[in-house]
Amino acid sequence: MGRYVIRRLLQMIPVFIGSTFLIFFMVYALGDPVAALFGDKAPDPATAARIRKDLYLDRPLWEQYLHYMGQIFQGDFGTAFNGQPVTELMASAFPVTLRLTIVAIFFEIVIGITLGVVSGLRRGKSVDTSVLVLTLVVISVPTFVTGYLLQYLFGVQWGWVRPTVSPDAPFNELILPGIVLALVSLAYVTRLSRTSIAENVKADYVRTAVAKGLPRRRVVTRHLLRNSLIPVVTFIGTDIGALMGGAIVTERIFNIHGVGYQLYQGILRNNSPTVVGFVTILVIVFLLANLLVDLLYAVLDPRIRYA
Amino acid sequence: MRGATHAKWAACAVAVALAATACGGSDSGGGGGGAGVVSSSWGDPQNPLEPANTNEVQGGKVLDMIFRGLKRYDPKTGEAKNMLAEKIETTDSQNFTITLKDGWKFSNDEPVTAQSFVDAWNYGADVRNKQNNAPFFSDIVGYEALHPASGEPKAKTMSGLVVKDPKTFTVALKNKFSTWPETLGYQAFSPLPKAFFTDHSGWLNKPVGNGPYTVDSYTKGTGMKLRTWEGYPGEDKAQNSGVDLKVYTDNNTAYTDLISGNLDLVDDVPAQQLKNVKNDLGDRYINQPALIIQTLTFPLYDPQWSKEGMENVRRGISMAINRDEITKQIFRETRTPAKDWTSPALGEKGGFSATLCGDACKYDPAAAKKLIQDAGGLPGGKVTLTSNVDTGSHREWMDAVCNSINNAIGEGPVCTVNPIGTFADFRNQQSAFKLTGPFRSGWQADYPLIQNFLQPLYYTGASSNYGKFSNPEFDKLVDEANQESDAAKAIAKFQDSEKILAAQMPSIPLWYQNGSAGYAERLSDVALNQFSVPVYNEIKVS
Repeated sequence: MGRYVIRRLLQMIPVFIGSTFLIFFMVYALGDPVAALFGDKAPDPATAARIRKDLYLDRPLWEQYLHYMGQIFQGDFGTAFNGQPVTELMASAFPVTLRLTIVAIFFEIVIGITLGVVSGLRRGKSVDTSVLVLTLVVISVPTFVTGYLLQYLFGVQWGWVRPTVSPDAPFNELILPGIVLALVSLAYVTRLSRTSIAENVKADYVRTAVAKGLPRRRVVTRHLLRNSLIPVVTFIGTDIGALMGGAIVTERIFNIHGVGYQLYQGILRNNSPTVVGFVTILVIVFLLANLLVDLLYAVLDPRIRYA
Repeated sequence: MRGATHAKWAACAVAVALAATACGGSDSGGGGGGAGVVSSSWGDPQNPLEPANTNEVQGGKVLDMIFRGLKRYDPKTGEAKNMLAEKIETTDSQNFTITLKDGWKFSNDEPVTAQSFVDAWNYGADVRNKQNNAPFFSDIVGYEALHPASGEPKAKTMSGLVVKDPKTFTVALKNKFSTWPETLGYQAFSPLPKAFFTDHSGWLNKPVGNGPYTVDSYTKGTGMKLRTWEGYPGEDKAQNSGVDLKVYTDNNTAYTDLISGNLDLVDDVPAQQLKNVKNDLGDRYINQPALIIQTLTFPLYDPQWSKEGMENVRRGISMAINRDEITKQIFRETRTPAKDWTSPALGEKGGFSATLCGDACKYDPAAAKKLIQDAGGLPGGKVTLTSNVDTGSHREWMDAVCNSINNAIGEGPVCTVNPIGTFADFRNQQSAFKLTGPFRSGWQADYPLIQNFLQPLYYTGASSNYGKFSNPEFDKLVDEANQESDAAKAIAKFQDSEKILAAQMPSIPLWYQNGSAGYAERLSDVALNQFSVPVYNEIKVS
């Protein structure tokens, strides 16, 4: 197990270098960001040249990349154009988005799996059909529609919650945005667990458990659910990274100053240090979430063992 | 026991997650601002908040609250009135003696002296400080020594700036520039306290100025709290007790907050909400022209657009554009069809003219078709419009302009759109003179002067002359206007030069951009200045 984890961690290094390399080149290929700093006015050549020199933009691309990676290993992610170190931006953005992600994942797990189990055990019944229709609707409506709609209904029309999130973004204000962010994934979790449960409910070990006279509750939670969760856990694991990076729409709607917002600003202003820095961290999050998922397989299914 | 181990795992995971996310969290700041405090929407300033480095509205908003310069533009008329300046004298429109009023100080009690201005201007001009607005000081003698085109500067100060005594300094300009004192209301010319130079990063975290407000706290990317400075010596004291600027990720969200009572003032009503705004706000919606004009500039560096006779094609394209329809349908009247190359925010006295462009800016598809055909048609039979499309409904209006042109010419889809993803990329192609068809150029004036709408854009070799328009007669008239000491005569000269633009059409005036704002019932006396920034110090809170 320990050796397996170490091997996996070592495998992350080439993946990490490869992905940052690609991101770096893609962002820098967007072109020279300095011209946009001057707004509608023509950039003053001498000033622009100084800024380029400071940002290391006057060097060949490979040199810029080496310089950037060198900085990263010293914990320096560069400076955004407004003079703020990117690490400072990260320190303010990641906790907020992490909280949002936790809320979203929480709803995915609780609501998604519950609905999945309920409809999977009653396959073909009216409950099952209505859950399927409901998830279909949720999947087909884009996030920004549900976001603005729920914000309008709950925040403006009925006044149950504040329509926007304050800068500190505490958990209680993130419930509505969290649900909006979770909705689509939640529907997938419901469908995945429904299918999985419906398949396994006919399996031999379930029949045995029932024949042993175990209470139904125990059969479902200890035997059926545990074996059915593997595809669901895989999905949720990869979803952590997707939710953190993909919160751009939700964060914009609810005025959350998180990763999505910073990435959006970074792309809009062609601010390469911000974009590359944030995506680099997201890559790490993604890799770690995948490792966690693989380790959870062993917990869920004792037949899976890593040497 | 297996179950127990699992529960422990889960508990640990939750604890770690909570610990990791529990930073922040002190004041959660209720709805609108406190008693007498205006809460207002804000965008993250693009550059550090230094007067000579701020060239966009969001940073300018703050500078307007915490700084006062030699002059200030009257928010209603745009007239440059003396603020800190007692008098600005000259005999030759080239050498100026500036005398300061008594009693001005910074909010840290340091007096504002001639030195405060000279130091600030030298700082702004110094290429080592990489200030975006450095070219504003380029009229002053000695600018090149501090801001060479390449290499290290040889001086620390500009020789054209001389401090005579704490209240007086003189400025020597390189050329005659009669309206130069009128430019001094621009924020780049603000004075700076000593603390700016001695503790620069500290100052940037909490700027100190000499305006009616002081900065109470500033969290980058989140917001700024400004409070009324009780000791402010000026006459335009703040009528409220402070302003809370809140950064919004999206102006739609800010609008939602305004409607639901969490915000007092939004100074950019999003396009999607314009159909509701009358319903939602009634007369608490402001929509007035600002010092911003959008034009389509022709790449005159490309011979196929600049050769003899092409001016009629350019004029024809202008006449094929249905400005009234587009500003109504796409912009819902937050743009005003353009009738000259300036802005109505200048006022008739300042040089705006609703007749100057004449027929060339009127929609007349039949005349447009004839004019273009008689002049030999579009180069290569087609025209491509280019703009960035990341903001400002640019994609929509370009499609509409193309439709309008196609319908007028009636030769099928000859007009196409070349959308560019980001502003930065667009700027790169534009400033590298790579575009081969008309491209969008937006211009926001720095000060309400007709000179600022013409010289930087159309004078031969001027910094923002992206189409490389060059006309000796135009240059001559601008030079004469700058030397003319009588303001009315100078403006008449500028308008003469503008008539050359009407004949040559190096760029098509499309529309003037309006400033828009909406505010809550508890506010009164809300107005926008010519830069479409709310005049915060005059807002009253009930």
